[in-house]
Amino acid sequence: MNELKIPRINESIYHETLNNGLDVFLYPKLEMEKTFAIFSTKYGSIDQKFTPLDEQDMVTVPDGIAHFLEHKMFEKEDGDVFQHFSERGASANAFTSFTQTAYLFSSTSDVKENVETLLDFVQDPYFTEESVEKEKGIIEQEIRMYDDQADWRLFFGTLGAMFENHPVRIDIAGTVESINEITHEDLYTCYETFYHPSNMQMFVIGNFELDEISELIRQNQENKSFEAQNEIERDFGVEPVEVYKQEEVINMPISTPKCMVGIKEKPEALEKDVMLENDLVRDIALDLYFSKSGRFYEQLYQEGLMIDALRLEFVLEESFGFTAVGASTMKPEEFGKRIKEMLLQIKDETISEEEFNRAKKKKYGELIREFNNLEGTANNFMQYNQMGIDFREIFETLESLTLERFKNNVSDWVSEEQIAVCMVLPEGE
Amino acid sequence: MQTLIDHKVDYDDYQLHVIQSKKFKTNTISLKFARPINREEVTGRALIPFILQKGSAKYPKERDLRLELDELYGAKFSINSAKKGENHIISFTLDLPNEKFIEGESDLFRKGLSFLYEIANNPKLDGNGFDSDIVTKEKETLENKIKSIIDEKMQYANMRLIDEMCADELFGIRSHGYLEDLEKIDAQGLYHTYKKMINEDRLDIYIVGDVDEEKVKSELESTFQINRQPNVTINRPEVIKPSEIKDLTEAQKIQQGKLHLGYRTGITYRDEQYPALQVFNGIFGGFPHSKLFLNVREKHSLAYYAASRFESHKGLLFVFSGIAPEKYEQAKEIIIEQHETIQNGEVSDEELEQTKRTVIHSLKETVDRSRGIIDWYYQQVIGDRELTNQEMVDEIQAVTKEQVIAVSKQVQLDTVYFLTAEDGGANHE
Repeated sequence: MNELKIPRINESIYHETLNNGLDVFLYPKLEMEKTFAIFSTKYGSIDQKFTPLDEQDMVTVPDGIAHFLEHKMFEKEDGDVFQHFSERGASANAFTSFTQTAYLFSSTSDVKENVETLLDFVQDPYFTEESVEKEKGIIEQEIRMYDDQADWRLFFGTLGAMFENHPVRIDIAGTVESINEITHEDLYTCYETFYHPSNMQMFVIGNFELDEISELIRQNQENKSFEAQNEIERDFGVEPVEVYKQEEVINMPISTPKCMVGIKEKPEALEKDVMLENDLVRDIALDLYFSKSGRFYEQLYQEGLMIDALRLEFVLEESFGFTAVGASTMKPEEFGKRIKEMLLQIKDETISEEEFNRAKKKKYGELIREFNNLEGTANNFMQYNQMGIDFREIFETLESLTLERFKNNVSDWVSEEQIAVCMVLPEGE
Repeated sequence: MQTLIDHKVDYDDYQLHVIQSKKFKTNTISLKFARPINREEVTGRALIPFILQKGSAKYPKERDLRLELDELYGAKFSINSAKKGENHIISFTLDLPNEKFIEGESDLFRKGLSFLYEIANNPKLDGNGFDSDIVTKEKETLENKIKSIIDEKMQYANMRLIDEMCADELFGIRSHGYLEDLEKIDAQGLYHTYKKMINEDRLDIYIVGDVDEEKVKSELESTFQINRQPNVTINRPEVIKPSEIKDLTEAQKIQQGKLHLGYRTGITYRDEQYPALQVFNGIFGGFPHSKLFLNVREKHSLAYYAASRFESHKGLLFVFSGIAPEKYEQAKEIIIEQHETIQNGEVSDEELEQTKRTVIHSLKETVDRSRGIIDWYYQQVIGDRELTNQEMVDEIQAVTKEQVIAVSKQVQLDTVYFLTAEDGGANHE
């Protein structure tokens, strides 16, 4: 295994790409009680149109299928995989994001057995017509739970306003109608295409023996056979630079309105060599202007435009990217208008060296803090590795980021046609 | 497992707890002010965290305060209030990077302490009260927050269940306060409530991290000079038995119904039966292998979530689940049945062992987080019992099936609360 030293914190991760293409990362932290392991595939809700393994033509699968598949991985002929983990006191879980499906456990004993179970259950699908039908009731309740949550509706409303064709606009869990179309054959098609080891990665972090676990994973994978697979063809449609709709309104039975302003990224901001820098620039810009120490925050507060804090998010992926500023607000229209004005004003604002260096200090401290959290650390490394980026470079990128570069970067970031405003309003208004 | 040690130092007016750990890249400092909850003061106390975060004598604006935190390498700071048993707790928490990861920095911890002292002890004043503009503005913030609870269905249902179940008990008081009491609060009266907190509440100070105990003590002694006269005793309520089961239904425009059940266990943190209660909860509904999850979700596909959790200082247990409105009778019956099967002794040896392992795992996992460590020890202050994490593990290990069954017979259903759809779910049939 290769030792990857992490600057600043004096710790190391060990990495190896196995013969079947699986990327393995091991990060021993013997001072911890627990071990967290995550086995993940580069396959998320956006991967709906693709060429299945060994076929020629693109297919389009129902919305929400990656998430549905994630639910069904846990069921096997001899019962539920959760049981095997909990027999050893471990807790298992899984999640589906736009670009990733991940299976994970945390345990404080029997790490070897749990790692083995994790690898084996994800690499042994068992889908039947009956079990697929049974799951529909459960996922329907999951969808309805989200439908009642205004924050969730606001977030997807903003995405739907920003993106015209890109599948990021579609709810990760799909809709009650779309999941009802899913068959067990569909699940196998997706599984066979996206769950090949060369499209996957495994990260283990915490209290375990490095050699023992690395050997176990290698052996486990050598005992299984996988045919070599070509690069998967995926189609995300053609997405214009400008937003689909400048404004979106959702009415639902709530008492407090909400508003979110989204900025769609230009495709050149998502290129691999600028990704880490752009991540930092978005983060620092949000801090300088919209965090509680930010320039615009106080104005918004004084103008009574928000209840408590702002919700700040940014996502940069290979095929899409956006930044969002949202809040619960009694004046949603005004909030949207002001945020939009402020965003457009950023390129004309002057930031001093002092302010910029303080923001860098803050970011540096936050990076250090993130290493407290095993789950977060694993997710950071995997999310970037999936795009071919080594997350460790974030330290160097931060240190070498100058005010000049920051200014240039920010001046290309936002223009009016990239901005969409979404509001969730009480019904009847 | 590593045994954690809480090095306690008793001062006249507060108790210091230093917990040394090499697990973290940051150091956490937490101040916890506690007194028995009462209806007269609770709204004011709920407002205090909002006021104090808006400025102090040295940092007159929120932005000044937040900029200082940025200077401290993005130190994370929060003040919040909560209910523990029948006590109201106001917590100040500051988490700062450990200096050893920052070149040329050796004084961060002391600066952090000074910051905390400033915010807690030198609020921004206006004559003999708080700054009245801040008070007016923050009353509005709290008002809006209280009003928006109804938009968070799970939280709302929990609140309503406790309202009804504990209507005549101190536990029934809402920790975030009441709209009708908010109107009566002014800057002077609120300052008086704050003075009582700072001078008379029980105060516990926690420090967790890779710190030198002697150094921390001397820095704390020189920084924190509050002349306090604590005069409160933690409230440890008498156990109440339910008389008859209350059944309540409320309708709103929602897609998913929330079925919440309140039980009385009569068992609190310092009781001999407390370990058996933890195991009972695990078998009943604490985990994905529990009876509730397996039956409500996996067997009958009625819900995405169905779980239970217990409260440690009042002796309560809650079941919550999100179901289709028309499935109310069936879901309620299945939930009650799961409790009865445990009462009838239907607990397998595997179930018992598996649950004990899972409970122990959760406990170990808790102490991998600095906040988890603080909560774990603070539980002991409120619960009036001292023990190490290893002792707790040993106690759980020793729980027998008979003890679990005995607990299950003591646990009694008190209130069933159902938040349902106005159309009774007619649209979804």
